[in-house]
Amino acid sequence: MSMEHEHDDESESGRAGTFGDYGGQYVPEALMPALQELEDAYERYVLENEDGFMDEFRERMRDFGGRPTPLQRADRLSERYDREIYLKREDLLHGGAHKLNNALGQVLLAKYMGKERIIAETGAGQHGTATAMAAAHLDMPCEIYMGRTDVNRQRPNVYRMRMNGADVNPVEAGSGTLKEAINETMRDWATTVERTHYVIGSVVGPHPFPKMVRDFQAVIGDETRTQIREQAGRLPDSVVACAGGGSNTMGTFHAFVPDDEVALHAVEAGGSSLEIDEDAGLAPNSATLSTGTDGVLHGAMTKLLQGTDGQIVESHSVSAGLDYAGVGPELSHLVETGRVVPATVDDEAALDGFHRLSRLEGIIPALESSHALGYLERAAGPAGETAGGQRPRDEDLGDLVVVNVSGRGDKDLETVLEETETRDLEAAPDVEVFDG
Amino acid sequence: MTDAGGSPVDEYDSDVEAAIREHHPALITYITAGDPSLADTKAYVEALDRGGADLIELGLPFSEPVAEGATIQAAINRALEAGTTPEGFFELVADLETEAPLLVMTYYNMILQYGAEPDVRPFVERAAEAGLSGIIVPDLPAEEADPLREACDDTGLDLVFIIAPTTEGERLDRIMSHVSGFAYVQARLGTTGARENVSGATHDSLARLSEYDVPKAVGFGVSEGDHAAEIVDAGADGVIVGSALVDIIAAHGPTGSETASRGVASSDAAAALEAKAAELKRGARRGADTITDDHEKQPEPEQP
Ligand SMILES: Cc1ncc(COP(=O)(O)O)c(C=O)c1O
Repeated sequence: MSMEHEHDDESESGRAGTFGDYGGQYVPEALMPALQELEDAYERYVLENEDGFMDEFRERMRDFGGRPTPLQRADRLSERYDREIYLKREDLLHGGAHKLNNALGQVLLAKYMGKERIIAETGAGQHGTATAMAAAHLDMPCEIYMGRTDVNRQRPNVYRMRMNGADVNPVEAGSGTLKEAINETMRDWATTVERTHYVIGSVVGPHPFPKMVRDFQAVIGDETRTQIREQAGRLPDSVVACAGGGSNTMGTFHAFVPDDEVALHAVEAGGSSLEIDEDAGLAPNSATLSTGTDGVLHGAMTKLLQGTDGQIVESHSVSAGLDYAGVGPELSHLVETGRVVPATVDDEAALDGFHRLSRLEGIIPALESSHALGYLERAAGPAGETAGGQRPRDEDLGDLVVVNVSGRGDKDLETVLEETETRDLEAAPDVEVFDG
Repeated sequence: MTDAGGSPVDEYDSDVEAAIREHHPALITYITAGDPSLADTKAYVEALDRGGADLIELGLPFSEPVAEGATIQAAINRALEAGTTPEGFFELVADLETEAPLLVMTYYNMILQYGAEPDVRPFVERAAEAGLSGIIVPDLPAEEADPLREACDDTGLDLVFIIAPTTEGERLDRIMSHVSGFAYVQARLGTTGARENVSGATHDSLARLSEYDVPKAVGFGVSEGDHAAEIVDAGADGVIVGSALVDIIAAHGPTGSETASRGVASSDAAAALEAKAAELKRGARRGADTITDDHEKQPEPEQP
């Protein structure tokens, strides 16, 4: 596991809980003792395996979660891009996304800590469903906060959470997406902190969440590193993952960070445009790493989408799971130091990525993961086929590429159907296919 | 202005501390600047000052107010919709003439982003220049506060810290040894919002804090004169009231045009705020009198 790596990343400035200039604990005073308690539990149970915590976690991730997930050579993508393309199949994890790695880890930790109740925010509903499943599995009461817009665009996940016995509380504030859901979950936590654990859904928030969530997700990269060596005989030239808050991203990258020869590409949602409309308080994208500026949101110093006064703007992406104005502080740091290369893929290219993987490989990816696949097409795709011959080949990707398929796309079918009808997408099947 | 028959201001470390000590028991009021407009805020602040507020907190609205309950969240939304900016806020402050010192309450990102680069100093310097006496930042725990504390020390502003019901032991000692202005005692876990009673946690907290010789003001949930009386009786030097005042502002209607009816709503609201401040101040005084009575009538037990 990640925690056995030697290269851990205590701040260059020496303060605990930071990654270079990023991270920290910018939360109301009432939560500080709980963060201290969580940090102690994280160190004892996760880092030191006290009471066999990590053994139990791994065993449950195998039996309940289905780990390890396969690393699969994608034959037709390899042919199309004229290089070796491997897919890390987190879409095959129980629940249909990488989210369970973190959710099960945190719910189990809450249990070891003697907490009696679980709360979580959710954007796409993937983290909410994973948390609800983990809470049912470990017999803990669970409440999920979800923005109203997301409730409406991710219905199947709302039903799944309820099936697993969780209460789903719609959040009406603001644009009704992930940012508002996090605000409301933090308010609940500030009220109930003594007996409740907040299972945050990505590598965001105050210390120790970014590290702890990364460590629970690091199993993705640890497995990948072993698998690619077995299957291809060497480390990859590059690893590609989408980035919203960045948990599948850090989970995939963490094991490779010390491998300087492996390029790490974090693909963000370019939405419909990269410009911020400050008057409207709106960014039609979620490209925090690529276009954001430093500030404090949800407990951490990190890169943000904000106006010049410091108001956070509303983000947008066709994919609910990437629709967030912040990003994990460790990713901000790794981008700042140049170790991770950020890229953006717009809604349309992501939709094409969705259709292409569905058609060529028989895998229907989540719209979040589709951004990573959209990037693959842009960076390695047949020059000229879709961009009038102007698309440069990106030398960075190299001959051996791993793409993390963070989740499966069943939850997105309705959105994809609507979005495909209004566009002329290169990789989409005829619309009649949907009309049936 | 001194009714405590007391000491000159410079006997205390700051005008914030002086305002509490000299007007003991102090009334501290909060409203959100720009709700429903900065012009209205000016009238409301002056009304609170007349009504008996001894310190006035002004909220500079931030889009993600995680420490706020529904009432103040809504006020912040109204203020943001009215286009309230930090610069407009500082101009309002510079324009105000109140007896009560003014504090700004805002979230850390607003402070960081005021200058061209993320840095706390430009905000603090502008705050001092505009005439503010202190800063309260609900998402800045003591552990992260060094840069802001230094900037405040250099400009003579107080940086007020919140003591939560969960703040105990060594952390409590550490924070209490750094109190600047006063200790903001959070009455209960959770967010801001008017409540119908005084929580047991308030009594517990005040008992826990009684050994520290710093001014203590209790906020989160205080809405009536009787609450103020009970809290002062329990050992507080001041009460902090926000949501109950914001409710009054909200009840007098949405942000308006410059029409006559809007002017009436605004002056009605000002009158209601002044009356509410007076009720709260009377309540606080009643609480202080109870303590004196108890002393005189000892060995009678304290009021429940
Ligand atoms: C399948 C999938 N991938 C990626 C994400 C984005 O989250 P993160 O950036 O934390 O991996 C989500 C979030 O809901 C998701 O459901």
